[in-house]
Amino acid sequence: MSNRRNKLNWLNTYAVVYMVFLYAPVVLLPIFAFNSSTIIAFPLSGFTTEWFGVLWTTDALHSAVRNSLLVAVSAATISTVLGLFAARAVARYSFPLERGIMGLIMLPLVLPEIIIAVALLIVLIQLGLSLSLWTVVLGHVLICTPFSIAVLGSAFRGLDPSMEEASFDLGETRWGTFRRVTFPLVLPGVISSLLITFTISLDEFIIAFFLTGTDVTLPVYIWSQMRFPAKLPSIMALGTILLGLTVALLILAEIFRRRSATRRGLDASTTEGLV
Amino acid sequence: MRDTENPQARTIIALNAVTKSFGAVQALKGITANIREGEFFSLLGPSGCGKTTLLRMIAGFDEPTTGTIAIDGKPMAGIAANHRPTNMVFQSYAIFPHLSVADNVGYGLKKRRLPKAEYRREVEQALEMVDLGGYGPRAAHTLSGGQRQRVALARALIMKPKVVLLDEPLSALDKKLRDQMQLELRQLQRSVGITFILVTHDQEEALIMSDRIAVMFDGQIEQLATPEDLYRRPVNQRVASFIGVMNFLGAQVSGSDENQVSLDVQALGRIDIPRAGLPEGMKPEDIHRVGVRPEMMTILIDSATTAERIIEGEVVETSYYGDMTYYAVRLIGLEEPVTISMRNTAGRAVLRPGEIARVGFATDSIILFR
Amino acid sequence: MVVTFSFWTQNYLDLDTTFTLANYREAWTDPLYRELMLRSLRISVVVTVATVVLAFPIAYYVSFHVRNHKALWLFLITVPFWTSYLLRVFLWKVILGYNGVLNSALLGLGLIDEPLSFILYNANAVVITLAHAWAPFAILPIFVALERIDRSLLEAAKDLGDGPVRSFFRVTLPLAMPGVVAATIIVLIPTVGDYITPRLVGGTEGLMISNMIQVQFGKANNAPLGAALAVSSMFIVGGLSLMIFFATRKIGRGGAD
Ligand SMILES: Nc1ncnc2c1ncn2[C@@H]1O[C@H](COP(=O)(O)OP(=O)(O)OP(=O)(O)O)[C@@H](O)[C@H]1O
Ligand SMILES: [Mg+2]
Repeated sequence: MSNRRNKLNWLNTYAVVYMVFLYAPVVLLPIFAFNSSTIIAFPLSGFTTEWFGVLWTTDALHSAVRNSLLVAVSAATISTVLGLFAARAVARYSFPLERGIMGLIMLPLVLPEIIIAVALLIVLIQLGLSLSLWTVVLGHVLICTPFSIAVLGSAFRGLDPSMEEASFDLGETRWGTFRRVTFPLVLPGVISSLLITFTISLDEFIIAFFLTGTDVTLPVYIWSQMRFPAKLPSIMALGTILLGLTVALLILAEIFRRRSATRRGLDASTTEGLV
Repeated sequence: MRDTENPQARTIIALNAVTKSFGAVQALKGITANIREGEFFSLLGPSGCGKTTLLRMIAGFDEPTTGTIAIDGKPMAGIAANHRPTNMVFQSYAIFPHLSVADNVGYGLKKRRLPKAEYRREVEQALEMVDLGGYGPRAAHTLSGGQRQRVALARALIMKPKVVLLDEPLSALDKKLRDQMQLELRQLQRSVGITFILVTHDQEEALIMSDRIAVMFDGQIEQLATPEDLYRRPVNQRVASFIGVMNFLGAQVSGSDENQVSLDVQALGRIDIPRAGLPEGMKPEDIHRVGVRPEMMTILIDSATTAERIIEGEVVETSYYGDMTYYAVRLIGLEEPVTISMRNTAGRAVLRPGEIARVGFATDSIILFR
Repeated sequence: MVVTFSFWTQNYLDLDTTFTLANYREAWTDPLYRELMLRSLRISVVVTVATVVLAFPIAYYVSFHVRNHKALWLFLITVPFWTSYLLRVFLWKVILGYNGVLNSALLGLGLIDEPLSFILYNANAVVITLAHAWAPFAILPIFVALERIDRSLLEAAKDLGDGPVRSFFRVTLPLAMPGVVAATIIVLIPTVGDYITPRLVGGTEGLMISNMIQVQFGKANNAPLGAALAVSSMFIVGGLSLMIFFATRKIGRGGAD
């Protein structure tokens, strides 16, 4: 069995190297955020929290954060609500042109974002709408909805259709059934959909870059600051904060998913929710 | 049996020429039947014969393609499931996993806005009825299969429906629990007096529990009768072989007069049947086959015992079941062995394959088929 | 699906009907655009191959050799990708730069005498960065396909006397093919249209078609040409993915016989 042992060793090493590759950029983020030099390079010159301080006093950054939060919350909410109805419809009913319509909705998932951005820009110009944060929201809803549908679709597929029928059979109305049975049962899916779409929207650059008016979102702001080498350390600090927040959010989402899986008597260690 | 005591009992569900098509598939091809108030009624048939489809239409989850369903005299067309006086126990039980046992049972009552104390009392009563007193605060997902089944039942009964519909409620349970639940369910139905309609593909279950059984094949009811009638007087070979075991033997009419019909039966020889023994609507020339149940034939071990008629055969196979022994016996003049069952009473020997058996039977236990 | 999109664009082009064909002609004949288009395709094909080939062993490792913590591994693989894409690309610039992390580390270790310059502001940098950025999108589909493989099939293969290598090529790989194809398409399509990476780490010789599209919409103020470029590239990518899809399906079927 030494053959097998060798192969395993080889694979183990590869896995470690690969993880280093995956994490290399991310690990650098906090290192340079606390490095006192303005030049982003080794060797490190000393420890400082100055760059975090700078963030507190940059007004443009604050408004970019506000804009981004507004956009991300709106896009996450709208796409999750849309995803909820679409996923429910697909899971329960078959309707004419179902595949075509679903294909259309899922299309943004496989299109390069630049093309979505261009297409939306053209449509908006055509309609004579002026660019604002709301046009960004529109764009983000377009790219987030497929993710919502994918996440919620699997939540609905895991739902025994006789649950809804049982509620209906016990005298509850359709809306009451949705409120008392369907929604609580797909709630973990709704929450992960909200988290995922929120994160996607928060991070999205190209569509925001094309579609925004004078109000910029955070990625667009970061992009504009990258031209100034002096601003780089504070961008690193900003990135570190964002990284901390997203990781916390993800861990929270995972904990929540496991808890609800246990509550439903499923095996919490399954990978179902992740893939 | 109540229905034989009172065959004129009120009709609670009237099915009239009900059909259902799913695209090209015709799942139900015209079902007409009256289900009586307070009876335990079973829909029995092989997988795919349309039992679930019919039950779901009574519940209101689907509408018939043609034909009508009336519950308690009221036509049900256009009335959705939440407005029908029926409640369902699902095959998967459909217990709401996010609610406690009490909230599951009280789910439908919530809509009725009862005072809190009354609501609680009703829920506790329903739980006690299914032997789950005190289980109210438990989380639903911690229950065992049998307990889930009881919760589903309590959840339906608490609504005081006119009809409870059960779709293979016992199929998910293991054999022992299933046997126990069959009896409990039967007793519960007796004590509440509500009409139960049970869907099952297990003939034994249907025979044990039901007042009347509708045997379905391919979207049609082949026979609707009491368990005893079904077993003793199946209308055709399909029903006969679905309910219990039946040995079929070819038969020819050799003569008939106004009193009796003479048959020439494979292996059994000449058998005379009184005219009155012919099933309704059957003419002598229709008879092409007869059936004998395994327990209607006896292997005469002791040479002293006799029977009305005796034939001989060779034991091909012996299956020992503890209380019973099943023999496959090749009768003289017959290719296919017949099945004979014998109770293993004290001191009765069990024959081995290869031994010659004397087989006795009574001519009045013969069932006639077309 | 594609129809609707081109319909949108067509809407616009309808207004300037006379220009319609001219835009496309320009998009297809101008050597600059053709060069950019070809380069985009070349880069994304290389990226795709690199990403999928690098991802496969990891997916295989997690699926076949990780016993109890599969979910944790997948979680760890996805975590880096929830940080800002912009920042990740930028950090690659920091790593690969002339005075970057890699060069300063190698110099410090005495492995090289002067900084390597072939790793930033060219196509190589774009490939490395994109191969990193799309890693989980390649790992996950392959992992899912590997997970679906019935383990008893592998035992059956072993039973029939196949060695580990043979059974890998005869059973595991063909069965994982749907995942590999999905990974390929998922990585290929968006990388062709990527904007940030070539712009940040590609220099001038690493620029790709999307940068030109952006220029047309922005500075050059020739939106119709930009749209024509976008539609063209989308058709090419779409065609390419369909080809991959059908080709592998045929191979898969041929292999199954
Ligand atoms: N929604 C549907 N769409 C299409 N065909 C259906 C649908 N529901 C049932 N059928 C078909 O109708 C026929 C009867 O199905 P039904 O579920 O009523 O059978 P059943 O007697 O309950 O069988 P089982 O014992 O397996 O539950 C089957 O051929 C089935 O395939
Ligand atoms: Mg059924």
